[in-house]
Amino acid sequence: MTSNAARVHSEPAVYVYEAPLRLWHWINALAITVLAVTGYFIGSPLPSMPGEASDNFLMGYIRFAHFAAGYVVAIGFLFRIYWAFVGNEPARQIIVPAVFNAEWWKGVVHELRWYLFLTKEPKKYIGHNPLAQLVMHVMFVWGMVFLIVTGFALYGEGTGMGSWQYELFSAWVIPLFGQSQDVHTWHHLAMWLIIVFVIVHVYVAVREDIMSRQSIISSMVSGWRSFRDTRKTEGDEF
Amino acid sequence: MTETFYEVMRRQGISRRSFLKFCSLTAAALGLGPEFAGKIAHAMENKPRIPILWLHGLECTCCSESFIRSAHPLAKDVILSMVSLDYDDTIMAASGHQAEAIIEEIVEKYKGNYIVAVEGNPPLNEDGMYCIVGGKPFVEQLRYATEHCKAIISWGSCASYGCVQAAKPNPTRATPVHKVITDKPIIKVPGCPPIAEVMTAVVTYMLTFERMPELDRQGRPKMFYSQRIHDKCYRRPHFDAGQFVESWDDEGARKGYCLYKVGCKGPTTYNACSTIRWNEGTSFPIQAGHGCIGCSEDGFWDKGSWYARLTDINQFGIESNADAVGGSVAAVVGGAVAAHAAVSAVKRAANKGEE
Repeated sequence: MTSNAARVHSEPAVYVYEAPLRLWHWINALAITVLAVTGYFIGSPLPSMPGEASDNFLMGYIRFAHFAAGYVVAIGFLFRIYWAFVGNEPARQIIVPAVFNAEWWKGVVHELRWYLFLTKEPKKYIGHNPLAQLVMHVMFVWGMVFLIVTGFALYGEGTGMGSWQYELFSAWVIPLFGQSQDVHTWHHLAMWLIIVFVIVHVYVAVREDIMSRQSIISSMVSGWRSFRDTRKTEGDEF
Repeated sequence: MTETFYEVMRRQGISRRSFLKFCSLTAAALGLGPEFAGKIAHAMENKPRIPILWLHGLECTCCSESFIRSAHPLAKDVILSMVSLDYDDTIMAASGHQAEAIIEEIVEKYKGNYIVAVEGNPPLNEDGMYCIVGGKPFVEQLRYATEHCKAIISWGSCASYGCVQAAKPNPTRATPVHKVITDKPIIKVPGCPPIAEVMTAVVTYMLTFERMPELDRQGRPKMFYSQRIHDKCYRRPHFDAGQFVESWDDEGARKGYCLYKVGCKGPTTYNACSTIRWNEGTSFPIQAGHGCIGCSEDGFWDKGSWYARLTDINQFGIESNADAVGGSVAAVVGGAVAAHAAVSAVKRAANKGEE
């Protein structure tokens, strides 16, 4: 922070995250939390319920919550892909990152250097920085595609042959993995991938909110990105 | 003209009344409507019998043992007499060269119009020397017998998937039939062993209608392998209620709770055990208080403990599962994040100091 900027405090702001995208973000975050918790308890159920079977439906409710949240995430994901095409530039970035652009890769390297404490300050971006785009694209977008496809394949086993879930997903996914048990294992591993992503995502969001030259967390609430200085903004073209 | 099934049965001393009972029983077992009993009877009275060669590779004969214990004694007699007339080296009367000659005879006489049922599988290492039948590697007998056959039935998990002899590290390179014979229609009837009634019903269906039953993508007859054990399990209400056997001989085990937490593979196993059951419909593993081990699924020997719900992931060391791997990674990442945060804070404080 320069002494000049400290004296003349100005925070220019840009509207980056449109309302539908923000709504998707928080609904998705909530649904993923429900999915991870219920999914864990499907794999390792809670202690047995006392009383008659007819008086209890705990696993049933847990599984229902998992399936319902799964539908929310799947439909939300379809909407998110749609929004990448009709929404603004930042909405496109994590779905189709500019991997064929050399400048963009330089941006990735610069961000990596910033995280390795090798550079003094990060660049400013209106949308996501290139490293964030890359990580979100690889871990989150493809992780979610994998989880949605394997998830529907497992769900289709319950709805049975002839159901659209079975015909569209189970029929080819389960033979592809070998057998149902393998699909369970991979679905479970992918959950941990998303948990790791969430840990990094939340940490980085908090850290950048404090240490970078731009707002992060409040932007996903209000949609406005404010900048802490008036110098050049990078990566407008991405 | 070859004799018909009906003629064979009458020659075996089976009354017409018993024959008709068999036809209706088979129609019911195959899930067909009542009018099909007559169709089956008509087919059996008029169609020439299709010969079956029953070959044995690397196997334990549990499929044959299961087959001859088919619930309805009549079904067993009928099918067995039809089959054993041709070739099945463990239960046929002939032996030695006399027995082996039958294969040649059938192949020559019924070119393109006989069925090969395979129990077990061929090992391919050392040119197939790990399984010798009649002085020759089994894989050669298999290739010879199937060259002109109409279709192949892969009996049991050995022929369908490889089973125990193909479990890691598979020293003999035991290989399921469909990976050795690639140009013939193959129907898989997995299980270790398959259910007797499923086996007899599949044979009856193929002999009667002269076509394969409808198969799923993995080549299994849909009529018996389209649902999981879990879908029709009589302990399912305890699963939905969240009532589990936590450990052997606990209160839950005595009350017949769900065996999911002690590793039951019912939710991932496609078979008809929970509906048809075993030994004349007496029981099946879950009814006897033990979880399903998933014996009719591909590679069930290599999926880790039969008593754990989460499957082992061998690449990450012994007794590793999705939670162990994922949890460790998450812990490492969490630790790295905490360390990174600490360094960031120190750096920031240092920078503030400079200003």
